Amino acid sequence: MTEAPPGIAEETVLSFARGHRLQHDRVRDLWIVQAPEKAFVIEGSAPHILRLLDGKRSVGDIIQQLANEFSAPREVIAKDVLALLSELTEKNVLHI
Amino acid sequence: MTLPSPPMSLLAELTHRCPLSCPYCSNPLELERKAAELDTATWRTVLEQAAELGVLQVHFSGGEPMARPDLVELVSVAQKLNLYSNLITSGILLDEPKLEALDRAGLDHVQLSFQDVTEAGAERIGGLKGAQQRKIEAARLIRASGIPMTLNFVVHRENVARIPEMFALARELGAGRVEIAHTQYYGWGLKNRDALLPSREQLQESTRAVEVERAKGGLSIDYVTPDYHADRPKPCMGGWGQRFVNVTPSGRVLPCHAAEIIPDVSFPNVKDVSLSEIWNASPLFNMFRGTDWMPEPCRSCERKERDWGGCRCQAMALTGNAANTDPVCSLSPFHDRVERAVTEASERPELLYRRF
Repeated sequence: MTEAPPGIAEETVLSFARGHRLQHDRVRDLWIVQAPEKAFVIEGSAPHILRLLDGKRSVGDIIQQLANEFSAPREVIAKDVLALLSELTEKNVLHI
Repeated sequence: MTLPSPPMSLLAELTHRCPLSCPYCSNPLELERKAAELDTATWRTVLEQAAELGVLQVHFSGGEPMARPDLVELVSVAQKLNLYSNLITSGILLDEPKLEALDRAGLDHVQLSFQDVTEAGAERIGGLKGAQQRKIEAARLIRASGIPMTLNFVVHRENVARIPEMFALARELGAGRVEIAHTQYYGWGLKNRDALLPSREQLQESTRAVEVERAKGGLSIDYVTPDYHADRPKPCMGGWGQRFVNVTPSGRVLPCHAAEIIPDVSFPNVKDVSLSEIWNASPLFNMFRGTDWMPEPCRSCERKERDWGGCRCQAMALTGNAANTDPVCSLSPFHDRVERAVTEASERPELLYRRF
């Protein structure tokens, strides 16, 4: 199942909430999300997903682009993308 | 030899000057004067070296960092270096033009301190008439600017009962985060410990108030407990020389803001040595790094890589030896000193305010 969680659909356009951003930590060679008074490491597919958030692309655009880039089934990609984006939206790292 | 992992955050104490005189101030008893403060060019170098070393976030603090006329410039340097900038302020000196300038310079976040929710309580601690109203106005300006805001409340025996009202004020002012921090007993706080330390019942009540608020949702809450009532120590600074670096107004580089009470070691200065050399190789930073320095009962303790032996400054202040186990730990032979402090705190001495 790749059903979108409440509030996030394929046409939703998300961006980082103010005070949050994606950053490559070149000293440790890690991807991190900077947030108020903390920074957390993100791994796996998450940096690939988050670097496509530009306030213009919809969730569906991001899924499509990653499916093309990684030659992976759209369903598999969609599941990862929706899980990550809904979690970060719940945590107010991202907003609509 | 492998290098220690780099620090995550830099506490840049731009000045010790402050319009408030809180009796639990985290600055050392021996405050540094304006004449000793680093100039803008040196702070700029500190920020560059910090970013190079691996620091991700810089916390501009003090004293009151807004007392420095170059704050906007330093925020802009941080922004260019991709350092996340946080302003830790009392809000007393903040007005609309200054906030706009900070916003334009790329300030990422503001932590605004409140001493209480009542005017009388706030003035009794901060010692400045009219401060509460100015803080509320500062909060409204920050909210209107859209810069994310954390409200910080230091709690102690006199205001701890008003935690629910502190949360209500934070929600009313539109803060995304609230920090309820029980006073930590170093420096000025230690001098005033008997007047500030809450009772066990007060601590339990405050923890309940935090849990009730957490359950409501919609507010991110940081809660710092007073370790005097605990039986295991806190992992102070996430371990000595592991995550955190502090630069004082005059350029001394410390593993924590209270570390100047550690005897028989020299405090390196950014005016003489680079930040990376200090972090990686100075005797001060290697003194209590890791676990090799630990005495018993820490050495054989299964928690040694979780709490890192607790706090070196607390061991120094309460046992006279910074290498001892933090006396908050019930396994410490000096634990009775912490227990005695809790009993003695029931007397009510006068507050002693911070001053130069």
